[in-house]
Amino acid sequence: MDVLEKLTILTDAAKYDAACTSSGGSRTAKAGMIGNTSTSTAGCCHTFSADGRCVTLLKVLLTNRCIYDCKYCVNRRSNETRRAAFTPEELADLTISFYRRNYIEGLFLSSGVFRSPDYTTELMIRALSLLRETHRFNGYIHAKAIPGTSPELVERLGFLADRLSVNIELPSEAGLKTLAPDKTKGAILAPMRQIQTRNRQSREELVKFRHAPRFAPAGQSTQLIVGATRDTDFRILRLTQGLYDRYGLKRVFYSAYVPVVEHALLPARDVKPPLLREHRLYQADWLLRFYGFRAEELLDEGNQDFDPRVDPKCSWALAHLDAFPVEVNTAAYETLLRIPGVGLTSARRILSARRVGPLHIDNLRRLGVVMKRAQYFLTASGKMAEGLRFTPDSVLRGLVAAERPLLPRQEGVQLSLFDPPGTA
Amino acid sequence: MEVIYRYDGSFDGFLSCVFDSYAQREIPAGFDSGEDGVFSLFDSRTVPTDPGHAARVLRKVTALSPEAAVLLRRGFLTCLPEKELCLFRLTAKLLREGPGFLRDRSDETLCPVVKAVQHLNGEVHLLKGFVRFSELGGVLGGEIEPKNRVLPVLGGHFCARFHNERFFLYDRTHREALFHVPGRSVIRPLADFQMAPPDEAEARYRLLWKRFYDTIAIKERENPRLRMTHMPKRYWGTMTEFQGEDWFRPRSSPAGVSGPGAPAGISAPGTPPPPSPSAPGSGP
Ligand code: SF4
Repeated sequence: MDVLEKLTILTDAAKYDAACTSSGGSRTAKAGMIGNTSTSTAGCCHTFSADGRCVTLLKVLLTNRCIYDCKYCVNRRSNETRRAAFTPEELADLTISFYRRNYIEGLFLSSGVFRSPDYTTELMIRALSLLRETHRFNGYIHAKAIPGTSPELVERLGFLADRLSVNIELPSEAGLKTLAPDKTKGAILAPMRQIQTRNRQSREELVKFRHAPRFAPAGQSTQLIVGATRDTDFRILRLTQGLYDRYGLKRVFYSAYVPVVEHALLPARDVKPPLLREHRLYQADWLLRFYGFRAEELLDEGNQDFDPRVDPKCSWALAHLDAFPVEVNTAAYETLLRIPGVGLTSARRILSARRVGPLHIDNLRRLGVVMKRAQYFLTASGKMAEGLRFTPDSVLRGLVAAERPLLPRQEGVQLSLFDPPGTA
Repeated sequence: MEVIYRYDGSFDGFLSCVFDSYAQREIPAGFDSGEDGVFSLFDSRTVPTDPGHAARVLRKVTALSPEAAVLLRRGFLTCLPEKELCLFRLTAKLLREGPGFLRDRSDETLCPVVKAVQHLNGEVHLLKGFVRFSELGGVLGGEIEPKNRVLPVLGGHFCARFHNERFFLYDRTHREALFHVPGRSVIRPLADFQMAPPDEAEARYRLLWKRFYDTIAIKERENPRLRMTHMPKRYWGTMTEFQGEDWFRPRSSPAGVSGPGAPAGISAPGTPPPPSPSAPGSGP
């Protein structure tokens, strides 16, 4: 089989994995090596695919042969599909050739479980060593740690990659048992803990010895599938929070389940992937990481799922109208961040601009505040936006209208304003 | 008496104009760098570029606010209409009032310049990803078609990343090119440039990349509008994945190889469908 055909099969098999940023790495250029990763603030997108997703890395499987039988996965043992495997040489050559042409920022290497987790990981290590040592590749590498791999191999993988990830996929142990019978919670969490510990140690060593080798310097991430099981948003978000708090994860990715296989335990093949739900989870995730929100503030036992009509921050604000309006000239940074329509950048700009003189409503738009959303929730020098009259109901309508053009399409258009909550 | 300053279009030239306006105690009504051949009813005066004068202005600005110096440098590369006048006003206000107003982004003089620089920075950020190189006999070459003069900023990124490579990057809009050999790089005007057709290996990698691109999209999530928001169409012209069949044909085989479309994917616009099995590549 030629490389073009392999690439087609192994890209097709890898594309449902959502994680594809290269942020957090910093490899400065080194003499004798090619490449660097300098995308410290925002990941560098090299193109956008027809589904509008950012393409940063060459995302492929080493092989789609797999001894496991996860029900939701196209590569599972019992699925009849064409199988292929790259040789480590082919993979290294593709990566370096794509990188030199600036097609990609680096490699995202995942794989089915070929013979055993250890055997597969050894093949991955061969490919990555070729890249780093023979091709002198100094760009970004994200590698999957396969649950069940022995710690020594995870260790070697971590010294070659910038980021490691272990996918949790199913947000609950029950889901795991029924849909991924070959994987256990323990086998997933063990490498996650190991990566966290080694990463911390290596950072401590770096302080002492400048040339100490770096273990997965860009940390680790994971992915959760949304919509394959009945787990609620609250459950997913709390799991996310726990992963950030206790495992020091850099990112949690969410992937709207695309029904690729027919199975009694899974949504039928004609069910559309829940893109809006995935979108709301990403918004909430952002609030956890940068805006100081906790999962319990956004959802609770009584409200287990996000309101499809408005984003989680607006939804929180509407439930806490007594905390508003906020006066932008005096509010603390943390309070500014809670205003819908005020982001990290505009909050910082407000802080800086108000030292020069008192701010008025007219200034805010130029500072980057999205007034369509923010107008209901703030005052500037004691005044609200001119001519603004509203009731809680009209606020909700205004917020829904303001966000509509930005929503994932399939579901966005079907949402009607007048549906009672819970049916939309 | 209102007067237009004629200068050579360089940054130093512009700074020399600022110097002159202070020396002559006059405020220019406009700037003319000869490019657009503006017809004007105002008088015009040619200001010779004087590196000494330029350096003095820049030193003064930097002393007041290093941030303003960066804004001037970058602002000068933008496609802001009447950029010189906007930058002149910014400089004049800085010299008159001091740097306080620079913290207020909603300031009338500051806002247009900051916006233009953001537009430039945004374009640079996108192009860091969207630039495509081809390998032509050991040298990498690429083309871009930006609105702003991004090369001086973008160049730094690629020179660091590919510091061991020989490469060039041609800016079609501003007709200039960045040339890099290990340890050295220059930007030079270049009136015209045509990329040579690829050899076998280059054509092969182009095809591999296009196949990857077409395959990675998930059909169930197809969303051309979202793609367009993130990646405006004006960038597509120089990106491998959006090129027609010719781009993937090596120079040695005029009849071409198998078409670039992916069997299991979403073909990028402008791509012919993959050939049917009955039509194999018909080389000479
Ligand atoms: S182990 Fe991975 S590749 Fe194999 S079936 Fe499970 S999810 Fe798919």
